[in-house]
Amino acid sequence: MIFNFVKSFLSNLKLIGLVLALFVFLNASAQKYTTETGIISFFSDAAVEDIDAKNNAVGSIFDTSSGEIVFLVPIKDFQFDNRLMREHFNEKYMETHKYPKSSFKGRVQGFDPKKQGIQPVKVSGKLIIHGVTRDIEEHGTMEIVGGKVVAKSKFKVKLVDYAISVPQIVWQNIAEVIDVKIEFTYKPL
Amino acid sequence: MKNKLVYFLFLIPFAAAAQDDLMKELEQNEKKEVELIEQTFKGTRLVNGQTVETKGAGELEFIFAHRFGAVNTGAYNLFGLDEAYVRLGLEYGITNRLGAGFGRNSVDKTMDGYLRYKALAQSKGVKNIPVTVTAFANAAIRTSPRKEDATYDITTRDRMSYTGQLLIARKFNSVLSLQLMPTIVHKNTVDKTIENNNTFALGVGGRLKVSRSIALTSEYYYRVNTPANDPYYNSLGFGIDIETGGHVFQLVMTNTRGLTERAFLTETTGDFFKGNIHLGFNVTRTFQVKKRR
Repeated sequence: MIFNFVKSFLSNLKLIGLVLALFVFLNASAQKYTTETGIISFFSDAAVEDIDAKNNAVGSIFDTSSGEIVFLVPIKDFQFDNRLMREHFNEKYMETHKYPKSSFKGRVQGFDPKKQGIQPVKVSGKLIIHGVTRDIEEHGTMEIVGGKVVAKSKFKVKLVDYAISVPQIVWQNIAEVIDVKIEFTYKPL
Repeated sequence: MKNKLVYFLFLIPFAAAAQDDLMKELEQNEKKEVELIEQTFKGTRLVNGQTVETKGAGELEFIFAHRFGAVNTGAYNLFGLDEAYVRLGLEYGITNRLGAGFGRNSVDKTMDGYLRYKALAQSKGVKNIPVTVTAFANAAIRTSPRKEDATYDITTRDRMSYTGQLLIARKFNSVLSLQLMPTIVHKNTVDKTIENNNTFALGVGGRLKVSRSIALTSEYYYRVNTPANDPYYNSLGFGIDIETGGHVFQLVMTNTRGLTERAFLTETTGDFFKGNIHLGFNVTRTFQVKKRR
């Protein structure tokens, strides 16, 4: 029985190849753009010390036809001026061993891939940080530059919204609201 | 005909995936990477001895360590608090894996210099390495007694001792890390009636995190080749690591007052279980001397 299945499977390899080719074709025909080196940076402005960190290993896919957008942020890849800050960020605040990635899944409104120049867009969807999912709606800009899509946004993240607690002893070192900056340059997939 | 229909059915989930779940696609596209297991221990010292940890490139750590007298010296001596033995030290990260340090301990007025090199870093993912291995070597000079106070014609050679150590640690999870420390201490000049020039020791130690800022540590060095009439004890210590911002405070209790390898590994005079316990602390502060990025 299984043998027969394998035999028929092998004899139909050509057809499978065709199916796969069709799949690839379908895939290519969707207007998808992607990046593996998206930049997310944040800045915390507090009484005792300013903290800023940058992550340039953010992966994202943006489908210009449907407006769907997703991105994945490996938390370990945030770089700080100081290694100790990075350790504390991962170990104490983000609990990276439990929640290694943050992600966003949503939709971009107001982007026309045929238009030139900077276009204001609205992005809404689900942002997951520290294992907590929240619906957000933020504004940003998008622009087509030499066949690439450049997306930018600035917004604020309130730590309590994502159950990120700061120990009493260091709370003055860390702002309760963090400024987050996004800069993605997408290439066609 | 029936066959072709089957293939068509195969197509449907593909098409659905292509439209819908960009997230899955993104996850699949992700590069598989080596994931380093970091922060096996909080600092470069476990209790008295070393850990596998190295400082980051351009980091300078100031270590202020302190051991009081023995608790069983009683109320007259305020349970040891009347005496204090200090080691002041600095350690610098030349690279993320190579560090150099020096310090001075008031016990026998000893100065020590050392190098440590992380030869292997625990990782998972594409490369699976089960342990972190760091090699440690030091040279120490006892500046006490002074030449004029010595009972014999003491030379610099007589004052020197050397340590070679392999630190092998595994972080099992965010709570538990364990470490093995095979060690050799060579002392140039010893009292042959009670000690050897070379002491081989096997250390075991570990860390148990109890909250995100507090961990319990312990460390024991078993000396393998003790001579017949050995007056010394194996060193044993327990600690509590408390981390606050850029500082790590380690509160310790141990049966040794020495803070260099020679002193705590081969010349520990206290029997822990007879109350010969020294309270103490290590305080470290790390400075970023050279900017990263």
